[in-house]
Amino acid sequence: MADTRLRSPLGRALGLGSAKEGVAHWWGQRVSAIALVPLGLWFCAALVSLAGADRPAVAAWLHGPVAATLMILTIGAVFYHGSLGLQVVIEDYAPSEAVKIAGVIVTKLLALLLAVAGIVSVLKLALGV
Amino acid sequence: MAKFTLPKNSKVGAGKTHKAPAGAKRVKSFKIYRYDPDSGENPRLDTYEIDLAECGPMVLDALIKIKNEVDTGLTFRRSCREGVCGSCSMNIGGHNTLACLKPIEDVAGEIHIYPLPHLPVLKDLVGDLTHIYAQYQSVQPWLQTETPPPDRERLQSEAERAKLDGLWECILCFCCTTSCPSYWWQGERYLGPAVLLQAARWLNDSRDEKTGERLDQLEDPFKLYRCHTIMNCTNTCPKGLNPAKAIGEIKQMLVERR
Repeated sequence: MADTRLRSPLGRALGLGSAKEGVAHWWGQRVSAIALVPLGLWFCAALVSLAGADRPAVAAWLHGPVAATLMILTIGAVFYHGSLGLQVVIEDYAPSEAVKIAGVIVTKLLALLLAVAGIVSVLKLALGV
Repeated sequence: MAKFTLPKNSKVGAGKTHKAPAGAKRVKSFKIYRYDPDSGENPRLDTYEIDLAECGPMVLDALIKIKNEVDTGLTFRRSCREGVCGSCSMNIGGHNTLACLKPIEDVAGEIHIYPLPHLPVLKDLVGDLTHIYAQYQSVQPWLQTETPPPDRERLQSEAERAKLDGLWECILCFCCTTSCPSYWWQGERYLGPAVLLQAARWLNDSRDEKTGERLDQLEDPFKLYRCHTIMNCTNTCPKGLNPAKAIGEIKQMLVERR
C-alpha cells in the first residue's frame, strides 16, 4: 500500500472519491436471490423426479417448453448470482489489488463460460440436435 | 486487506502482576493490555488485583483506581463517566463497550481489557482514531441548504423530527466501527457503521437540502456496500442503537431514487 503518512487525514479518507455505482450490483444480487427461491425449489423437485432417468428420458423431459425455459432461467440466475457474490468475497479478502482484479475477471469469465455451456447443453437436448 | 495474524511487533507478551493489598476482601483480577511506543518493546498483558470492596461499581472506576493508586503510567481516555462523551470505549471481556457503563459484576472471572480492535495503538488503551474522524468529516455531518437561512428556526413536523430518533443519540465512541470485520479488512475505504449512521442522520433530516449529493458521495462499492449486515455493530453499541438498520435505509434510498 502507498505511504500516506504525509497526506492530510481528510485527503486520505476521501481517496479517489465515490465510484457512483454499487446499487445495480446490490439490487441484482437481491432480485436474483428472490428468483432463485422458486427456481431452486423447482430444480430440486426436477432432480428428484428424474432420479435414475436415462438420457432419452431427460431429453424428452427437456423437450417441453416449460422445463427448458425454467432450466435456462435457473442456469442464468445461478451463475449471475454466484458471480456477484464471489466478486464481493474476492474484494473483501484479496491480499493485493492485482489479485483482486485478476480474481474478479477470472470469476466473471468463468461464470459466463459455465452459464453459456449450460444453456447450450439444455438447448441441444431440448431441440434434439 | 484481510490479515489473520498479528505482525511480529504487535504480539502480546506476559506482563507484570500487581498483587492485591494484604487484607483485601473481594479481589478481582484485571488483565490489561499495555503498550508503550517509546520502549521499543512488544505489548504485554499486566495483571492488577483490585479489592472490589474499595472500588466503584464500573470498569472505569477500577481503571481510575489503578491509575491513582497502583500504576500511574496506565493510559486510557475518559471524561464524562456517564456514557455521554464516548471517550472510554475499549474492549472489555471480548466486547467493545464503554468502561463507564460496564459494571464489573457483569464479567465473570478475570476481566480482560484491550484497546478497540484493529486500530493503530498510540499507548495502552488509546487507539488512533485519526482516520475514522477524517471519514466522519468526509460525509459533511452538518446541515446544508440551498435556500437562504430564514429569519427564524427551520421548521420541522413532529413526524419529521421522529425520523432522527435512533440516529442523533450516537456519541461517536466507535465501538461499532471497530467491531466490524468489514471495517477491519477494508477500513481504508469502507466508512464503517458509525460514520454511515451519521450519514443516515443527515439523509433523514427534513431540513437538509443536499440529500441527493450526499447519496452520490455514498454510492460506492467500498464506502457503503462493504456492509454485509454482519450486525456486530448493532450487537455491541453501548447506546442500544442500530447502525445496521441505518445502513440498510441508505441502501433503500439508493434503490428508491433509481
